[in-house]
Amino acid sequence: MSVADVDALVIGGGPAGLSAAVELRRRGAGRVLVLDREPSAGGIPRDCRHPGFGWADQRRVLSGPAYARRLARLAHDARVEVWTESAAVRWTADRRVEVTTPRGLFPLSGRAVLLATGCRERPRPARLVPGDRPAGVLTTGALQRLVHATGERAGARAVVVGAEHVSFSAVHTLRASGTEVAAVVTEWPRHQTYAPLRWLAAGARGVPVLAGSEVTRVVGRGRVEAVEIASRDGATRRIDCDTVVFTGDWIPEHELARLRGLALDPVTRGPAVDTAFRTSATGVFAAGNLLHGAEAADHAAVEGRACGAAMARYLVDPGAGWRPAAEVRVQTGPTLLWIVPGLIAGGGERPPAFVTRAASFGGRGAVEVRQDGRLLHRKRFRSLVPNRSIHVASGWLADVNPGGGPVSVAAVLARESP
Amino acid sequence: MPEAYDVAVIGAGVVGSAVARALAAYELRTVLLEAAADVGTGTSKANTAILHTGFDAVPASLEARLVARGYALMGPYAEAAGIPVERTGAVLVAWTAEEVEQLPSLEEKAHANGSPDVRRVAADEVYALEPSLGPGARGGLLVPREAILCPFTATLALATEAVSNGVTLLLRSRVTGVSRSPAGYRLECGREAVHARCVVNAAGLHADTVDGLFGRSRFTVRPRRGELIVYDKLARELVTRVVLPVPTKTTKGVLVAPTVFGNLLLGPTAVDLDDKDDRGTTREGLASLLGWGRRILPALAAEEITATYAGLRAATGSGDYQVHFDADDRYLCLGGIRSTGVSASLALAEHAEERLSTVVALVVKRSYRPIRMPAIGEAMTRPFQDGARIAGDAEYGRLVCHCERVTAGEIRDALAAAIPARTLDGLRRRTRCLQGRCQGFYCLGRITAMLAAATGQPAAAVTAAFA
Repeated sequence: MSVADVDALVIGGGPAGLSAAVELRRRGAGRVLVLDREPSAGGIPRDCRHPGFGWADQRRVLSGPAYARRLARLAHDARVEVWTESAAVRWTADRRVEVTTPRGLFPLSGRAVLLATGCRERPRPARLVPGDRPAGVLTTGALQRLVHATGERAGARAVVVGAEHVSFSAVHTLRASGTEVAAVVTEWPRHQTYAPLRWLAAGARGVPVLAGSEVTRVVGRGRVEAVEIASRDGATRRIDCDTVVFTGDWIPEHELARLRGLALDPVTRGPAVDTAFRTSATGVFAAGNLLHGAEAADHAAVEGRACGAAMARYLVDPGAGWRPAAEVRVQTGPTLLWIVPGLIAGGGERPPAFVTRAASFGGRGAVEVRQDGRLLHRKRFRSLVPNRSIHVASGWLADVNPGGGPVSVAAVLARESP
Repeated sequence: MPEAYDVAVIGAGVVGSAVARALAAYELRTVLLEAAADVGTGTSKANTAILHTGFDAVPASLEARLVARGYALMGPYAEAAGIPVERTGAVLVAWTAEEVEQLPSLEEKAHANGSPDVRRVAADEVYALEPSLGPGARGGLLVPREAILCPFTATLALATEAVSNGVTLLLRSRVTGVSRSPAGYRLECGREAVHARCVVNAAGLHADTVDGLFGRSRFTVRPRRGELIVYDKLARELVTRVVLPVPTKTTKGVLVAPTVFGNLLLGPTAVDLDDKDDRGTTREGLASLLGWGRRILPALAAEEITATYAGLRAATGSGDYQVHFDADDRYLCLGGIRSTGVSASLALAEHAEERLSTVVALVVKRSYRPIRMPAIGEAMTRPFQDGARIAGDAEYGRLVCHCERVTAGEIRDALAAAIPARTLDGLRRRTRCLQGRCQGFYCLGRITAMLAAATGQPAAAVTAAFA
């Protein structure tokens, strides 16, 4: 096969990749090719059969599959080439990958390459939950695809591990397909989703949330029979079930990023990028949930769109140089786990928002952005919730001193009133 | 009464499969009886996946002789049959002064066991060989010929070759009773009894029970559980060879080994149990492995864990294999093979062949079909990498399991193989699907649907339980 050279090669056809591709075309990029390894593009929303998608980028509320179809159609209308069942399996040069497809192997290269490979949930072994290794142990991703691919329920009675947004997406899938949800188990003192989402998933009768608890053992030789649960106060209990769904605990799908030797953010384990979504390798960009684990799909799309704009500027003027020598680092205080992007490029590049996550629950307060002690931005919040992101607008970037020290971002809690 | 078999082999693990394959070369009616729903589901599936030279065996023991011989036979067989083997070599590392003192005797032992190439290395050479090792290594032993292999494919290749050459494989056929019959033996195994003139006991963890059915009580199998952690492929480059500890009296200790699927393995623990089915992992076991990992290879701590599992070695009180032949009774027992079964399997089969030749006539078959297993080793050219293969059949370019790069063509083939996959676990062992870092996040639904379609069962039935 001959080498195909395109202007922008986008690896991953989920919300971030498709949105970046559309934006590239809108800004005049020539040949834009999106690779997706699944039979249809659209990413994770394809399997999320509930509403809640599309507000941030499309200004409408859609179901996951409808949102995925819409993004794919917009890409088609923008004359983005989308190759499905096409897996980038290795790098053969700086911006060239080998792609396996049913039509054969193709070397493909882009003047600019975007990694938008998304994220996955840590499965049970990665969480070191001991016990037997029976059938019936799933992640949300495995559950939703199993139910949709087979049209059957995953089991009769399930325990869901985790109590963040995605956990209730799993609850929704389980219940909609006829599986009773025995409990939602979280190590945190309470669940971490929005009340409406929880209601939508669990219905008026709700689902018991076992807070401050963790699954300590899976029981069952052939099939799950029960899980053992320990709560923080030392009590242990056993819940009979034939299915366990491990949810959340995201890890970026970073294989290609690591094989390319990209610098990673030590906390998110996604590629470290600057405010123009540039990685440590010239011409290689990264966006979406690869950077930080799961954000709402529409946020990934908004990020992809901004990244597409930055890529388009790069394609017009690649000689302007890759990342500037003087970068300002963004760092988080002890109350926040990480922030993306973690580098400020200068030159007017603006991501739609900085994304950060709280380290634990907290009351009212404000996110404060400072450089060398100077307050650049302040955003109030009513509460801090772990596993839920805080979006910090980026308008303050113009006030950053490019020669100054690192920018620090901290969540400062209001004093408790007596 | 149905016609009697000449030989019944009890147990389709790696040893029983090797014996059946050896007998398939002769004009014999051979039956291979397996209690589980697939071949190789006991000790043969959950081990450290190492092809041992036998350098550290007890010199002059049967195990030492058979492992050395088995190692020599496995190389060419693996090459011909397509069993993934990588000749990585091993380095045994001494971390304490006491362990350093043992190195000369280990070296001597290796030389006595037919491994003259084993030599002592100083600490700086240990680090030159394996720069990522943690601090504190004081010296070591280089074992150049120690290798890694795919234990799933090894068992499947041997059983497939046996079946392809006329051996009858009966799955879900646990032998629960033995009696004398005019033909020799009547073996109760499920719905129908099997009659055979000679019997080979290769029942692994249950070899003592089967030995009991033949009126013997020569040994007791006490399962020794070994828990293992499989690290992500991105950790593979941390070592180039197997990193062994100095063995103790009871165990070879916790090692770090690359796998032929491109992962890194840490383990095993060693805990004696009474329950022959308890393959569960434990909090303590996993915690102890993490501790070993931090010491041996500190960089492991930052890497993702792909899988954890536990295997049971068929340990007996004795330090050696329990191989007994009763010519008058036409009964051969191959028990107590512990953790070196895959390495010794072809030598055990050779041994069985020799013994049985004294009680049955071994007439070489005129036509014999060698087999070639699908290429699932990381060092092989796999279908997804093979443009010509994909050009001939697009299914080999259609990736289903992305983490392990398994194509729809390979899954289809495994479902239609001579010994077809009938469970998700069976597909997993034949193709690598579902074994990767996502553990089914992306592919479980599609693979379940393919399995259900191939077996004509509802999905709920094929995911009901692992077997």
